[in-house]
Amino acid sequence: MVQFNLPDNSKLTKGEYFQTKEPSKNVKKFQIYRWSPEDDKNPRMDTYEVDLDTCGPMVLDAVMKIKNETDSSLTFRRSCREGICGSCAMNIDGTNTLACTKAISDVKGDVKIYPLPHMPVIKDLVTNLKSLYKQLKSIKPWLHRKNNEHSESENIQSRDERAKLDGLYECILCACCSTSCPSYWWNSDKYLGPAVLLQSYRWLQDSRDEERKERLKELDDTFKVYRCHSIMNCTQTCPKGLNPAKAIAGIKQMIAQQ
Amino acid sequence: MTNPLSPHLQVYRWQVTSVLSILHRITGVVTSLGSLLLVLYMTSFAFSRELFDFINFVFNNLLGRTILIGLTFSVLFYFSACLKHLFWDSGYGLDLITAKLTGWITVVVSGLLTILIWFIIYGVI
Repeated sequence: MVQFNLPDNSKLTKGEYFQTKEPSKNVKKFQIYRWSPEDDKNPRMDTYEVDLDTCGPMVLDAVMKIKNETDSSLTFRRSCREGICGSCAMNIDGTNTLACTKAISDVKGDVKIYPLPHMPVIKDLVTNLKSLYKQLKSIKPWLHRKNNEHSESENIQSRDERAKLDGLYECILCACCSTSCPSYWWNSDKYLGPAVLLQSYRWLQDSRDEERKERLKELDDTFKVYRCHSIMNCTQTCPKGLNPAKAIAGIKQMIAQQ
Repeated sequence: MTNPLSPHLQVYRWQVTSVLSILHRITGVVTSLGSLLLVLYMTSFAFSRELFDFINFVFNNLLGRTILIGLTFSVLFYFSACLKHLFWDSGYGLDLITAKLTGWITVVVSGLLTILIWFIIYGVI
């Protein structure tokens, strides 16, 4: 359902202000979304001053510095800090991206950080991605062979066939794209969203997969694929530079050509 | 305690492509409603002279003309954006640079055509 406004319990309030301990000339303000399940309060925006002279270059460096030095209750996911695990996906400066690969210097003015949009918040910047994982499972993201017995040799693929997976296999499932998509905001219960559809296309394009027809039949309904209206927020926001919008157009074409 | 919903429209930065996408939807609605208006205009003389005079009066002032000029842009933009979608659905032009470029082209071309059409109507050229 299209619901433009936030529910009452989700409306943002003004939060606290944390100054740097020692005066510094190179200060940047970070406004960060905070919500805790442990009290009955609405989410708020806390502001933290960060001394950039003693901070690493990326937004994740600043967020970790805040957690280490100013406010240990600040909660977020992170792991690899080099853009390959997808844990630190969040809304930074208006678009979704990985905090570990987003340079602080790329942001003009205060750095505003929100959790991934239109998702249930577990705490602060941590959102509940359960429904997305369920949708991923529904497209069976693994290789399907008709003959299920273990074969004696590898499933051979030509160089050209392998090249078709470029731009698809690199997806790290950080959910930046799906949570940037207005169609997914309004219909996340029925529309699969860019991340899951790109995965689906990855298996549809795999020359070794033998269930293409079944996969396409499964996708062919009014909501799962066709809620994509090529708004292209997904492609614009993908921190890995992939193009989910194009993958979805590819699925539409495959269904039409069947 | 129910979990809050994270902010979405309120905080997400508008992109060229998303603005043009919603503009496509809006001009679609405006075009279909506007064509009803035009049909009323063009059939009004079949009903009565008074009705025709009245509608003529409505369209022949600043507000009415503004609406008609807006409607012209709406039809042209909707048509060109639809063309763009035809290419997209055939698998062309979906890389980011082309999509942004063709987006701007639809705006500029429909804007220029609107100006051209109304220059001709007003006898400027």
